[in-house]
Amino acid sequence: MGFFDKIFRHLARSEPWGVHPDERKRPASEAPIRRLPVPPLLYLPLSQHVGAAAEPIVRIGQKVLKGECLATATGNISAPVHAPTSGEIVAIGPITAPHPSGLEMTAITLRSDMEDRWAPLDGLADPLAHSPQELARRVAAAGIVGLGGATFPASVKLGLGHRSRIRTLILNGSECEPYLSCDDRLMRERAAGIVRGAVLMRHATGAREVRIGIEDNKPEAIAAMRAAADGHADVHVCVVPARYPMGSDRQLIIELTGIEVPAESRAADVGVLVHNVGTAFAIHQAIDLGRPLVSRVMTLNGEALAQPGNYEVPIGTLVDDLLAFAGGVRFEPARLVMGGPMMGLVLPSAKVPVVKGCSGILALSAAEVARDEPDACIRCGSCTRACPVGLLPLEMNARIANGALDAAVALGLHDCIGCGCCAWVCPARIPLVQAFNHAKGELAAHDRDKKRTDATRRMAEARAERLEREAHEKAAAAARRAAERKAQKAREAAASAASNSEGAPA
Amino acid sequence: MSPTRISGSISTDDGALPPLAASPHAHGGVSVAQVMLRVMLALTPATLFGFWLFGWPAINLFAVTVGACLLAERFCERLMGRRSSLGDGSALLTGWLLALSLPPWAPAWIGLLGGFIAIVVGKQVFGGLGQNLFNPAMVARVALLVSFPVAMTQWVVPQPLFSAAAPGFIDSLRITAEAPAHPDAVTSASLLGHSKTELSRGVAIPDAIASGPQALFDWAGMRTGSLGETGALLMLAGGLYLLASGIIRWHIPAAVLAGIALPALIGHAVDPARYLSATQHLLSGAALLGAFFIATDYVTSPNTPAGQLVFGFGIGFLTWIIRSWGGYPEGMAFAVLLMNALTPVIDRYCRPRILGRRRDGRALEPTPLDNTGGA
Repeated sequence: MGFFDKIFRHLARSEPWGVHPDERKRPASEAPIRRLPVPPLLYLPLSQHVGAAAEPIVRIGQKVLKGECLATATGNISAPVHAPTSGEIVAIGPITAPHPSGLEMTAITLRSDMEDRWAPLDGLADPLAHSPQELARRVAAAGIVGLGGATFPASVKLGLGHRSRIRTLILNGSECEPYLSCDDRLMRERAAGIVRGAVLMRHATGAREVRIGIEDNKPEAIAAMRAAADGHADVHVCVVPARYPMGSDRQLIIELTGIEVPAESRAADVGVLVHNVGTAFAIHQAIDLGRPLVSRVMTLNGEALAQPGNYEVPIGTLVDDLLAFAGGVRFEPARLVMGGPMMGLVLPSAKVPVVKGCSGILALSAAEVARDEPDACIRCGSCTRACPVGLLPLEMNARIANGALDAAVALGLHDCIGCGCCAWVCPARIPLVQAFNHAKGELAAHDRDKKRTDATRRMAEARAERLEREAHEKAAAAARRAAERKAQKAREAAASAASNSEGAPA
Repeated sequence: MSPTRISGSISTDDGALPPLAASPHAHGGVSVAQVMLRVMLALTPATLFGFWLFGWPAINLFAVTVGACLLAERFCERLMGRRSSLGDGSALLTGWLLALSLPPWAPAWIGLLGGFIAIVVGKQVFGGLGQNLFNPAMVARVALLVSFPVAMTQWVVPQPLFSAAAPGFIDSLRITAEAPAHPDAVTSASLLGHSKTELSRGVAIPDAIASGPQALFDWAGMRTGSLGETGALLMLAGGLYLLASGIIRWHIPAAVLAGIALPALIGHAVDPARYLSATQHLLSGAALLGAFFIATDYVTSPNTPAGQLVFGFGIGFLTWIIRSWGGYPEGMAFAVLLMNALTPVIDRYCRPRILGRRRDGRALEPTPLDNTGGA
């Protein structure tokens, strides 16, 4: 930590991390949020969050009201699922997952009765008078998960905050992914609700202050949020430079607080919590109005779309229905992506439902996704400069290509956040993120295998030990019985001898 | 109104999944060929100046060298059954850089042989683009210099195109093809060579330069030397263009030039009779060509800023040492190759710090919560 370390640190970080991808947020970001009418059928996967899948509590044929709980959380990290409209449960079974694998996942199918009737709602009149635990409980019951895309159950994070002395609550309004503008629109149109959510979260976590980070390319959102935060002394709207991936937790925390979250630690360990602005709005709705998370604002964008824009969509709407409502596609998209272009997942089809963590659907043209065949790496180092974590993507890729996964791990593979900066800048168009994800998957599978073989070995050892113990006990018991029989015999012999001798003198 | 629905391959109706594609679904748009093209663009002014200064023989040599590189590249890829990579421009650039480092009137066979050495020995035997440890152009230059010292040190005095003394196109073909012994009046010594020779005879450098041929040193570049040596200021301009366009970064060129200039300043201040000045060093030989175009070769240089500073300074310093004390008047090519060999080691020790970790790879200690961390 001496002089040379300082120089080294400066040299290594002399240029800012990240990239400046073409934003392409307009014109979608300029149109007000439109509300999608409830489609006839909704498909609600039981696993829309990080953690254990929810457990259905409804039967097929059951009539439900909007906001009624359909499946409850199971275990510590989980989230319930609610009815996005009123109607009838028509199926509980497998559907195609909104995931590139196209694998199946269990979902509840709800047929809308087109009345959209709310169940009785129980909002808190004065939530700040209630305990933080009560607020967290209500957030949990409302099925709120991180709406930035991480989908970690929000209540768990609030509880975490309560346990580990949070100083700063950060609201992430940076929205650094190109094409997406749902957070931007939400901040412009519903700023008061977001700030209210922030105040509630501050109460629930015991944080001293709230910092709302917004990239400088969203002046309208900044103005709206500043106006809404006016009068809240402990809520600050902070402008951060527009640079991808500013919305990544660790990057935003450094930008707003100067704190570097240690590797293998959580932000809460250094007294910071980061929540998405959409999550804050959902928390406001859940606590003040008693409304569970049944819809979300998302961006529809891409050259193939007739009417790019932002839409408030009931969770469980088929992407196909959503696109149809938004005027359909002008031509067959080359790729359908859920999320932003930098980290989004390819959708296997348009017949998959929108889930809680879905911030956007992109219908991209062939020109937008065009990628030439990969060339050889010329070691230009662009990826190293772009990496926000300080990794050497080219070196990791070379190791992985040679099958030396452990060497890639030694270079920091597990610190990779998969942001895609490296692959975005690579002049040789090497699919670096793909290589890293592949390696992470292999390592995880290897880990699982190792755990399984370890478990098998432990069980085999335990069995051998048990058999040995049993044999031992059996032998001991046999010996004991033999000894007892011997003693018995001896006693009997002695007894008969005694009776004989007794009789003899007579 | 009936909006167009997505049909066909995207829907699951026909059971077909779209091809898997990993994120990101966007790209910055820069390609390898574009990078190479920019470098060539930056080299163009100095090259054209060299053409004008040394006339048709220089143009012939350039064409032969570049052609040899392209041929060799295609030949190797043919042998290995690979698709052609001539389109990425890397072989063309290698030939270009090699040609700039040769004596302008060198015979065709020098360019031909150099081109083949550069591509075959310097690049393809390692596995092609991106795999070579050493700078291919410098491998070829050093191989030629060591093997054919006479042909590689025949410097002609400038005879600009269209001037009376300049050979015409037809004459130039004879010069390039047959490599006649140039008459004494035509050949001369470069600044570095002349001062080294004179110094070895006990003549102090200022006297040697004063008594030497006129074309030794000239700010405008009207001087003896290789194609890439004479137009030093144009070379500098090209390098600045590369810096401005983000193709290269400042670390390597600055470190190379500092590595030459600092010891030169000290040496010249201590003993001007023995050591050339920093200006003479920087504008002579391959200093600028090397600093901006050779040392910055992506493949053979370290890829972290700290590593690049070490690498660059090493090249500059070694160049000055070879020039001042070595057996050869110019040492840039040797210095580059020596530091190329160290690149893997430098890369190993100069790694960026991973976010949230210390330099040794262990996780940072969490900062105590009582500190005021607010920005």
